[in-house]
Amino acid sequence: MTVLEVTDLDVHYGLRRQRRQALSGASLTVGPGEVVGLIGETGSGKSTLARAVLGLVRPTAGRIVIDGEDVTGYRSRQWRTLRRRGVIQYVFQDPLRSLDPDVTIADSLMEPLLLQGVPREEATAKARTYLARVRLDEELLARLPGELSGGQRQRVAVARALITEPKLVILDEPVSALDAANRVQVLEILKDLRDTGIALVFISHDLGSVAGIADRIAVLYQGELVEVGSARDIVAAPQHPYTRLLISSAPTLRTASAGRAEREALRALLNA
Amino acid sequence: MTTLTESPTTTTADPVLSVHDVRIRSQVDDREIVKGVSFELTPGKVVGIVGESGSGKTLTCRAVLGILPPHFEVSAGAIHVAGEDITALTPARLTAMRGSTISAVFQDPASYLNPSIQVGAQIAEVIRVKKGLKRRAARQRAIELLTAVHLRDPELVYGQYTYELSGGMLQRVLIAAAIAADPQVLIADEATTALDVTVQAEILDLLADLRDNAGLALVVVSHDLAVVAQLCDEVLVMREGEVVEQGPTDRVLYQPEHEYTRLLISEHEQYGLEKFLSREGR
Repeated sequence: MTVLEVTDLDVHYGLRRQRRQALSGASLTVGPGEVVGLIGETGSGKSTLARAVLGLVRPTAGRIVIDGEDVTGYRSRQWRTLRRRGVIQYVFQDPLRSLDPDVTIADSLMEPLLLQGVPREEATAKARTYLARVRLDEELLARLPGELSGGQRQRVAVARALITEPKLVILDEPVSALDAANRVQVLEILKDLRDTGIALVFISHDLGSVAGIADRIAVLYQGELVEVGSARDIVAAPQHPYTRLLISSAPTLRTASAGRAEREALRALLNA
Repeated sequence: MTTLTESPTTTTADPVLSVHDVRIRSQVDDREIVKGVSFELTPGKVVGIVGESGSGKTLTCRAVLGILPPHFEVSAGAIHVAGEDITALTPARLTAMRGSTISAVFQDPASYLNPSIQVGAQIAEVIRVKKGLKRRAARQRAIELLTAVHLRDPELVYGQYTYELSGGMLQRVLIAAAIAADPQVLIADEATTALDVTVQAEILDLLADLRDNAGLALVVVSHDLAVVAQLCDEVLVMREGEVVEQGPTDRVLYQPEHEYTRLLISEHEQYGLEKFLSREGR
């Protein structure tokens, strides 16, 4: 069974003359334990797709099935119940936005469990377990988010997303605000999750930052999923002109800007 | 790209920028923030500085431009721009030098432009002040510059305001203003960081053009080693105010000596596109 099944999804923003299509005919499936990179530039629709899957924006057409449950027509109360069950979780780019600055790390971690009615003792034990899973020391439990470094905070946000044992975690640019050492550490933690069967969807503008961790990559361009394939195929043998432009634009450690002529040709093709 | 094995310091041309063991101190807590940076730049060469935020790369650039924030001072070392020791210059001479000899572009182009003045007029103002051209001639030159930074329809862009332009277009406008007075050195401090990847590639191509066509010497500052690798002859890797590694780009990429450089490289190899591409192919 798939964890996420999005079929022919359309999303529009605005009314009447201002109406603009943000997503058109997007179809994507994510299986258990699969890591999918959702790549697109500013305005490509990647956040819109994520917001639709989280029930934060209502699609105008298409179908969304989460863990076997058709959620397409859900009202906000049904969404709230679904979110409370913790089947699907979300990690923001900036953990300062998702962690309450006045609440200790322990309370932040336990909150989703207490909402589900888990006894306090059990929630405390779980908070310790999950903090260890993101390789953080227990003594951080009593601290406030402001007393942690950016990397530590992002790992707390990941622990909080995992604590409800979700089937699917959506991560929005999870490492782009971190420095190199913390980026590598967070990516390692996320890579370890693969074996637990949790599916991950990475949203990023930068293919280079997630290509190595993703099983599959979905490329969004102007509201359309123009190419979906294995990470290796997308990087080594991209088909769509936009994907080819993206790959040849991404800076790599190979010196020389050899792809320039190709980039100019692709840009001309896309603008035609 | 030219041969990378040869260090730019061994070339015979006179350096347009020479930074020698520069140390920067914070006067507030009397702490040394930048602990000795040295490099030399000859025309048409590119030096890259890589480091996290807080590593001292931006402070180093600001020292070179003579625009350190309040309570920071160059406590030791020497900076020569086109042969002149900038620490000995009067503020008036420094202002005269900025733009006409050494210039810079930064991360967030919109914050360096006035939102209520047409962008073209802002470039023309630079030309009138720095080159002493009359209004009409300055306007003509500004349009030429907008063409030189590969903006489509430069006449139209001239009359537009910041809110009408995308991030990539604004950065092109800023580069046009930065090169308006024909400087010899351009500092690009995280100039492509806020841009989409495909736009970043366009700006890096533009910087390569300016190096090749105008012989501009560049200092490219980035948190991403790969961005620096695209353009630079020599790379400095900074961490917590110290240069932990410095050398020709190829040497740094293929035989990194410091553990931090190795971390930056292994991140790309494990998690980046490099995982699926062979390192040799160029």
